Formats: sequence, C-alpha cells, structure tokens
Amino acid sequence: MATTSPESSLDAPQAALLAKVQPAELVEQPLVTNNRDFNWVTDKICRIVETPTPIWWWICMVVALMTAAFTGMGLVWLVSTGVGVWGLANPINWGWAIVNFVFWIGIGHAGTLISAVLCLLKQGWRTSINRAAEAMTIFAVVCAGIFPLFHVGRVWFAWWLFPLPNANLIWPQFRSPLEWDVFAVSTYGTVSVLFWYMGMIPDLSVLRDRAIQRLKTNAYDGMGALAKGMDIFRKYLYATFAMGWRNAGDHWRNYEMAYLILAGLSTPLVLSVHTIVSFDFAAAQLPGWHTTIFPPYFVAGAIFSGFGMVLTLMLPLRALYGLHDLITQRHIDNMCKICLGTGSIVGYAYIMEFFIAWYGANPYESYAFINRAFGQYWWAYLMMFSCNVFTPQLFWFSAVRKNWALVWIMSVFINVGMWFERFVITVTSLANDFLPSSWGYYSPTIVDIFTFFGTFGLFSVLFLLFLRFLPLMPIAEVKFVMPAADPHGHHDDEKGGIH
Amino acid sequence: MATHAIIASFKDTPAFYHAAEKVRDAGYKKWDTYSSFPVHGMPAAQGQPRSKVPVFTFFGGISGFIVGTLLVWYMNFFDYPLIVGGKPYFSPVFPFPVMYELTILLAAFGTLGGMFLTNFLPQHHNPLFESETFLEVSGDRLVIAIESRDPKFDSEATRQFLAEIGGTDIEEVSA
Repeated sequence: MATTSPESSLDAPQAALLAKVQPAELVEQPLVTNNRDFNWVTDKICRIVETPTPIWWWICMVVALMTAAFTGMGLVWLVSTGVGVWGLANPINWGWAIVNFVFWIGIGHAGTLISAVLCLLKQGWRTSINRAAEAMTIFAVVCAGIFPLFHVGRVWFAWWLFPLPNANLIWPQFRSPLEWDVFAVSTYGTVSVLFWYMGMIPDLSVLRDRAIQRLKTNAYDGMGALAKGMDIFRKYLYATFAMGWRNAGDHWRNYEMAYLILAGLSTPLVLSVHTIVSFDFAAAQLPGWHTTIFPPYFVAGAIFSGFGMVLTLMLPLRALYGLHDLITQRHIDNMCKICLGTGSIVGYAYIMEFFIAWYGANPYESYAFINRAFGQYWWAYLMMFSCNVFTPQLFWFSAVRKNWALVWIMSVFINVGMWFERFVITVTSLANDFLPSSWGYYSPTIVDIFTFFGTFGLFSVLFLLFLRFLPLMPIAEVKFVMPAADPHGHHDDEKGGIH
Repeated sequence: MATHAIIASFKDTPAFYHAAEKVRDAGYKKWDTYSSFPVHGMPAAQGQPRSKVPVFTFFGGISGFIVGTLLVWYMNFFDYPLIVGGKPYFSPVFPFPVMYELTILLAAFGTLGGMFLTNFLPQHHNPLFESETFLEVSGDRLVIAIESRDPKFDSEATRQFLAEIGGTDIEEVSA
C-alpha cells in the first residue's frame, strides 16, 4: 500500500513535496458491504436452505432433470449397442468423448484454484465464492468421469482401470498416460470432496444448531407440521455430518491447520491433474499434440474456463438470492481479471504454438498448425480464437466489468470457446496426420450430442441439490474477513481485510 | 446435577480475545473459547501449542508414496513383468505420476483424519449443547467456558473471575 511508508523517515524536502502532492489514499473495497453484522451473514446464508423451496428452483430442477435424461438415453444407447454409435472412425478415434472429458475437468479447476491457491495467497475475496466453486469442481468431475468410463466400451469392465486383481491375472500398464489419468482424476475427485466436506463442517454445525434452537423454542406458529418435521430432519441430517463440531478454539486451531495443509496439497494436485490430462496428448507423437507447451497451456486454459463457469453460475445466483453484499463488484472485478490474465496466457500459447511449429522446421508440425487455422476445421479454430482471445480482452475496461449482463454473456462465450479449443486440439491433429491417404473428417452422431448435452442437465441437477441442502457460502470464512472479527479492533477508515 | 462448566459471553472480538488471555494467565487448564469463526491469534491467546495435524499428513503422505512405488513395482516388475518398448520393467521415473497422486491422496486423508482425531471428533454429545445461550454461538455469540474438571475450578470464584474479565450472561451448564 502506498500509504504505509513511515513519514518520519522522510527528510524535510520530501515531506514538503508529499504535503504538496497530497497522494490519494487507496481505499480497498470492503468484502462485505453495507456494514452487515455476523447475524445477518448467518441468517442470509442459512435461510437459503431453511426457507421453503422457491418455485424457480422446481422449474429449474424439472428442466435440468429432463436435460440430464439425454445423457441417460445416450448412455443406454451406447451400452446396448457399442461404441460404434459414436462418431469415432479411423483415423479419428478420439472425438467428443475426450473433448468433453477435458472440457469438464478443466471447469473443475477454478474451484480448486479459488479454494486452495487463493487461500495460500491469502486472498480474502475468495471466501464468499469458494464453497459454490468447490461444488462446481466436484460436479464437473462427475460429468467428466462419464466420458472415459463409457469410452472403454464394455463399461462393466471399467474396474480394470484400477489396480485390482482380476481373472486374467494381469495388471494395468503404468507407463500409459491414460493410466496416470485414472490416478490423477480419481485423486482429484476424492481430495476435492474431502476439502469441500471439511470446509463445510462448521457451517453444517450452524445449520444443526439453528434447527435445534427452533425446535427448543417451538417457533412454528401457523407454519404447519411440515416446517417442524423438516427441522427434525435437518437436526439429524446436519448433526450427522457436523460430527459434533462445537466451534471450540481448540477445534479451530486444528481445523485451520488442516485447512491450510489441504490447500497446500490441493495446489500441486490441481496443477498435476491438468498436466497429466495434457500428457494424454503430449506423450503421443502426433503433430500438434507432441509439444512441451501443453502442461502450462492446459492448466491456464482450465483456470480460464473454470472462472468462466464460476461467473456463469454466480451472477444469476447473486441476483436470485440477493447476495449483492457478499458477492460485491470487487469479487466480480477480480474474477474478470483472472479471466483476462489466464485468457491472455491461452492466447499467447496459441500464437507460440505457431511460432514453434515454424521454428522447429518440421514440415508435419507446420502443416498441422496451418491446417488447424485454415484447413477443414477453420470454423472451429475461428470460434476458439475469437471466444478465448478476444472476449476476455474486454475485461480491461471497468465499464464492461460493471455490466453484469455483459459479463455473464462473455462468461458463456469463454465456456464455448474452451470447448472448441479441446475440439480443435483433438480432432484436427487426428484428422490430418502424416499420410494423406488416411485422412478423414469427423462428425459427431446424435448419440454423442445427446450424451454431452445431458451432462449440463446432470451438472445442474447436482448444483440445484447443493443449493437446496448445503450452505452456499462458507459462513465462518465470510465472518473471518469482516472487520468485526479482528481481535485487535478496527477503525472506521480501515478496510475489511485480514490483519 | 453436577456442573459441567460455567460459560460467559463477551461483547465483541477484542474483548473476547483479551479475556482469553486473562483466563490463560489465571492458570486455568480445562477451558475453551467458542466462536462461529476462527479468531486470528486465538491459539496464542489461549496458550495452545501448535496443532499436531501435520504429523498425520506426513505419515499419510509417506505411506501414499510407498504404496504407489510398491504397487507399480509389484504389478509391472514382480508379479507380471510387462515388456513395454523394451524398457526396464521398473524404474522410479515412469510411474512417478502414480506415486505423486497417491502421496497427495493419502496425505489428504491423513489431514482430515488427523483433524478429527486431534479434535476428538466425531463426538455424539456434549453437555454444552444443553444451554440455549451456548447454541447462539452459531450466530454471533462469543463464549468462554471453564469446565468443572479444571483443578482451579471453584463455582463461586470462577463465576466471579469471569465477571471480572468482562463476561456477561454467566451461566452454569449442568453435566
């Protein structure tokens, strides 16, 4: 901060100069606006779960379930017939399945970035968005897992992916990046669930205590038996998962240590997951895949797409639940800026790939890149480049970041662009490789489309259930970044950050 | 019924924090602070040592690494030697992603398990939950509870002490 320089150390001319220019005080925007108190925060977040289900929730749920049914249809069709119902055909033996897998896994990465990396960097603004972002991570991993699982063909043998004894007396082949992927993705899913759950324990205890308080005071005048019954249900549900948490200083001490360690473990984990996903491509010798830039490029792209998805989800939620004091313009600004930063890294990688293809002087590599941009899939490349490189550049302007409708539309563009990125990488390299006689053109079938389309429904179903039953924001962490939580007192001119 | 603890509430975080320092300095051992959010610096104010959770993480991580290494060695070298590209059956390099992921996986389980063990959770019941005042900790109440099993505990003296350090709504919670 500019204002922290001790004025006593200045000599006379410097002090005179300072008095003359009167440097502006940099005021940091508070993380919780309108001077809300602890009870307001607790009430605001808990009442999302405790009040009767809103009508819009039921409408969204019905739509989401019907959409999810498409994945069900696609998978039943696939399993009952065979992988041939997908559009895969020589030479393009990896199509939408791997594209969708990478797309969903990438989306998950923003959740871990917010909960782990921003925690290590002591970014107080992460608190109000991290729970929902972690939920997004887990549900995205669920959606991602479907594709490789069913791509194995005979899905009832999918357990052979794991190192389990089987009747053939053989084991997985650990040199394969695909086997590394099994470990990376299953570890990622598991650790994300552990982290999410541990972060939720104090908040579950809040929901438990509130239900018990209402039951003790019998505060159900004119609310019917259902309201009371729901509270009995809540009391047992949340008490089970809160594990007897009682907010003791001793609990918090161990909890904070565990939280910090899990953040420290998740950070190398999230970087390794998309690195290993990129190895699926980079370890092959195909022009356009066999590049060393892939791991950082994939990780940046994953964070970019994930923040796009966080914005897509959080902006409507903020409006629906009136969370404007908790997800402030500062939060939106920061998320937009991360999109801008990672989007620029992705754009740099696109251009650098071209440079390396030329500089490497390998004719196949050069051809692969020229073909990517101007060949038969030029439309996909154009879609990718315009959505991922040009869209985020608008976030330089604060007027754009303050226009929430525009930010939302741009976040959708980012999602679309990142899906096309994976499509371009996967399909263009396979369609036109070394031998022109074996070139082909890939088109998805209706089964591909059904399966992918339905995963948005599955994701929404899970997310809606999360909204309904679990605290949307980490109450304890939001309280922690409020000025009133500072044990050394606070002044009116001070910011609401951590001290 | 016997007393389990005496609880007192404090008006804001600084008062709560300084009261904790005073309880520590008065020499109480079986007591704790209760707040719905972690208070920065509270472990020091309570005179608590550093958390033991990292020990569990460390052993979790070590076992993950060893399990990962042995898994690949046993499966691709010992039990069913697998020739891939004429390369050695085992080397610590190629299965590194597997060892790495398992290290993180078991370290994470160790951390969560360590948090539960060090906190003596899950716990089915605690007498403090019988107090309606205590339940308000979930909202904004800041509570210090001194338990009756503390050697220095004396029903009257402790009650008076809590009032002296700024405690209000002082209440006895029965066991």
